Amino acid sequence: MENKPAVTWPTNGVDQVPYGIYTDPALFEQEMHRIFEGDGWAYVGLEAEIPEAGDYLVTLIGRRSVVIARDQQGDIHGFVNRCAHRGVKLCRQNRGNTRFFVCPYHQWSYDAQGNLRGVPFIKGVKGKGGMPEDFERAEHNLPKLAITRQNGVIFASFAAEPPAFEAYLGETNFRYFNRVFDGRPLQLLGYSRQLIPGNWKLMFENIKDPYHASLLHVFLVTFGLFRADQDSQVQMDDSGAHALLISRRGEQKKSDATTDMANLREDFELQDRRLLDPVKEFPDDATVVMQTIWPNLIVQQQSNTLALRQIRPRHAGAFELAWTFFGYADDDEEMTRRRLRQGNLMSAAGLVSADDSEVIKLAQDGISEYPDHTGVVQMGGRGTENENHMVTETAVRAFYAHYRKVMGL
Amino acid sequence: MSLDSARQRQLEALYDRYAELLDDGPLEDWPALFEEECDYRVIPRDNHDQGLPMAIIRCESRGMLMDRVRSVQETIMHEPRYLRHQITNIRGTGRADGGIDAVAHYLVVEVLPDRLPQILSVGRYLSRVVEDGGDLRFAGMRVVYDSVLVPNSIVYPL
Repeated sequence: MENKPAVTWPTNGVDQVPYGIYTDPALFEQEMHRIFEGDGWAYVGLEAEIPEAGDYLVTLIGRRSVVIARDQQGDIHGFVNRCAHRGVKLCRQNRGNTRFFVCPYHQWSYDAQGNLRGVPFIKGVKGKGGMPEDFERAEHNLPKLAITRQNGVIFASFAAEPPAFEAYLGETNFRYFNRVFDGRPLQLLGYSRQLIPGNWKLMFENIKDPYHASLLHVFLVTFGLFRADQDSQVQMDDSGAHALLISRRGEQKKSDATTDMANLREDFELQDRRLLDPVKEFPDDATVVMQTIWPNLIVQQQSNTLALRQIRPRHAGAFELAWTFFGYADDDEEMTRRRLRQGNLMSAAGLVSADDSEVIKLAQDGISEYPDHTGVVQMGGRGTENENHMVTETAVRAFYAHYRKVMGL
Repeated sequence: MSLDSARQRQLEALYDRYAELLDDGPLEDWPALFEEECDYRVIPRDNHDQGLPMAIIRCESRGMLMDRVRSVQETIMHEPRYLRHQITNIRGTGRADGGIDAVAHYLVVEVLPDRLPQILSVGRYLSRVVEDGGDLRFAGMRVVYDSVLVPNSIVYPL
């Protein structure tokens, strides 16, 4: 019998969140099923990672290992990384190039579409053994995923008929997605992976919460990269599942917005200013756009550092954050170096992002001792509307409005 | 060209000092082990092996190392922690220009409050060392970590 989650929401609203949603193992199992294997589009990789025929990568949707492969015609397919015979993991490396995926155990082989192509000794040996007469290879293809591609980014879904990607993101979120992914070929710069000892939803909350950004991130605020007094917007899709935090740079000086920040380092001058040397590169005035896409993706544009952060839940108390850094194929050498230098701010050792991974651990540490208590999410009110300022947790509330619907909580 | 034993001892002493400054401080003295013009990168082995340039720490001068140190001390919110470096298998090769190409293995153990020690990182130091005013200093160092999955965060340089 399936264990039932022991979590109930304290109110009809989303301005309070029960801590049990971060700790309950049965709820976590339900989340993997309803959220990660549900109707949504999960991020799985970049086309630039598998540019050639036969290239493949292995990634995770929720906790499930999946293979994303480019066939000889250049089409991209997705299927589960599990032999149809005895359940053995087919790929043992996270990327490579092959025409056939061969199981190491009994050497069943599959093509780049996940179709079963070979079963050794299928007719037996010297008239003995072999598969039964009615064994049909076509009935043992690997379970396939739906795939959609948007300007070089690949998404996959376990759903039989997922929605069109544009309708899935909604008008505003689709437009901002295409702001970074504007159709120019991408250049892969590399990866960073970290295992964060906190519930996966804390990562989404963090990126949907501009209130913390102007307080926790002393480095950002000290150098004016994110401040509470800048023109800003928080915009969600109609469901509340996806969100955008849009803001712009300010200056390194004290203001009303920083008087509440006890630890602003006004006297911190960089010894090497090349560490922060941002240039404008998008048509609008926004210098930071952080987009969260249900169920597993953060699109990061902070100055000139561009990254996709994929959320890979492990269990209720831990998730992996897998970063993929990129630029554009037409970047000149100076722009690539600029992106790489600004990478100092955002990675498993980021001068900014380390604040977040550290504080998520502390949140999980605190929460897990009190799973029957609730947290307060009331900055900026109790609603889930779009806002034009940073002093709000509206996107966190919108996320939980959608979450409650999906989870039936 | 292999190093004579005096040079080898000098190289090992450089790494000893490196570990001491990172583990026991003062951290602000650590950048002085590098040349003014230097290149220090902490890079996951995945990226290194595939020729991908992204490093999780990239300092292109002693000044940038100082900026990292000051951020660790003043701006990054992090749990207090102790680190302990084990640096072994130090092998140096003399270069025609008088410098040294050095390879070393490292293991960094991290102790967080109320936790048992854990391995934070394991990998190799690929370094270029030069003599400057009688002292050996790092002109370049790539910290290539095999342990691709970082346990939470790397706050201090490795």
